[in-house]
Amino acid sequence: MIKIKNLTKTYGDKVIFKDLSLDLEDAEILVVTGPSGSGKTTLIKTLTGLEDAQAGEIDLNGQTYQVGDPALAAKIGLIFQDFNLFPHLTVRKNLTLAPMTVNKVSAAEANTKADELLETLGLTEQADSYPYQLSGGQKQRVGIARALAMNPQIIAYDEPTSGLDGKTTDQVVQVMLDLKKAGVTQLVVTHDLPFADQVADTVFDFEKEVRRS
Amino acid sequence: MNYFFEILPNITAGLKMTLGIFFVTIIGSIPLGIVVSLAMRSPYFSIRWLVNGYIWLMRGTPLLLQLIFIYYGLAMVGVTFTRFDAAAFAFIINYAAYLAEIFRGGLQAIPKGQFDAAQVLGLNKIQTFFKIVLPQVIKIVVPSFGNEVVNLVKDTSLIYVIGLGDILRAGSIAAARDVSLVPYVIVGVLYLIMTAIVTLALRYSEKRLNVWR
Repeated sequence: MIKIKNLTKTYGDKVIFKDLSLDLEDAEILVVTGPSGSGKTTLIKTLTGLEDAQAGEIDLNGQTYQVGDPALAAKIGLIFQDFNLFPHLTVRKNLTLAPMTVNKVSAAEANTKADELLETLGLTEQADSYPYQLSGGQKQRVGIARALAMNPQIIAYDEPTSGLDGKTTDQVVQVMLDLKKAGVTQLVVTHDLPFADQVADTVFDFEKEVRRS
Repeated sequence: MNYFFEILPNITAGLKMTLGIFFVTIIGSIPLGIVVSLAMRSPYFSIRWLVNGYIWLMRGTPLLLQLIFIYYGLAMVGVTFTRFDAAAFAFIINYAAYLAEIFRGGLQAIPKGQFDAAQVLGLNKIQTFFKIVLPQVIKIVVPSFGNEVVNLVKDTSLIYVIGLGDILRAGSIAAARDVSLVPYVIVGVLYLIMTAIVTLALRYSEKRLNVWR
């Protein structure tokens, strides 16, 4: 169970969102929709510590963190709109770098976990490829696998279908539904409404439901 | 041919000096150049101002003049170096300034998304620099770095001005004594061999780095 409570973000006088509260059940897919520029991405960035927020706390399975706490950021996996894979590392090393450097997991353990994730996401054959050799959909899945390798309690997607064709989008839908079955809690930010309908348990309309004053 | 072996000991001694300055400069100026390039991106105005002044000084005056100042000029205010130390010091601070400009360009070319990805995975600044940023910067800067290294091979000939016996000086002495151009030809060929080795080494590393894009 994840509760986002009273999150507020402003740029000077401009209020992006105010006292925003969202609840996610375990294994729920919550989709935040809204037009570009409404501040959806900012929401995800404040949760993962990439941008600071003026106020807010997040309750992760009973533990409360102030927004911006680095310990919180480590528990939220983020899949970027343009993936941001590390181009100089193979797919497998993209997955093992953070567990080995940050969590000090042994190379053997990190590799085993990476291979498991790659198999789940249908990327076994790409394990030794570099990101430039992958298609958009494969990059997306490597991004998901890289986030999952850190055992986050929730994973967040920033516009996961932008730049993907229809067929690849269907694959992403499938991956997300499979992860849901495996018990992963997911937060998705998108302006792609047909896609939102396919994956969402709950839809939060950022434009209508967010307070700005 | 006999003449060649006659002047060989002098030329070899000069070659040792040339290579000595070359390697000391490479080893000293690369880390210093990296530190300076990072300082150029410092959030503190005073630090940026200081390093920009240093770079302006190093790039805006001839290396020959810097050598003279460091060996003869500083001696007049009580700071004395051995000839070799003075040459090494002048070359390191001069080349570090050029390399810093090159590294700065490389650093600027790293997309912000790479830093974001490293941050959400929990890597600290030092880990991000060494594991994510530096490997990508190296690939970007190898061609321009190679240019500087080739220049350095030839610039080492400037150390004659503070009385150090490099390969060109050994050649000049032999040429003047024997009224012959042969020593100069030998010296020219040796420079060509040195720059060829550097060029091949750089081509090889460029090729190695091309496994990823």
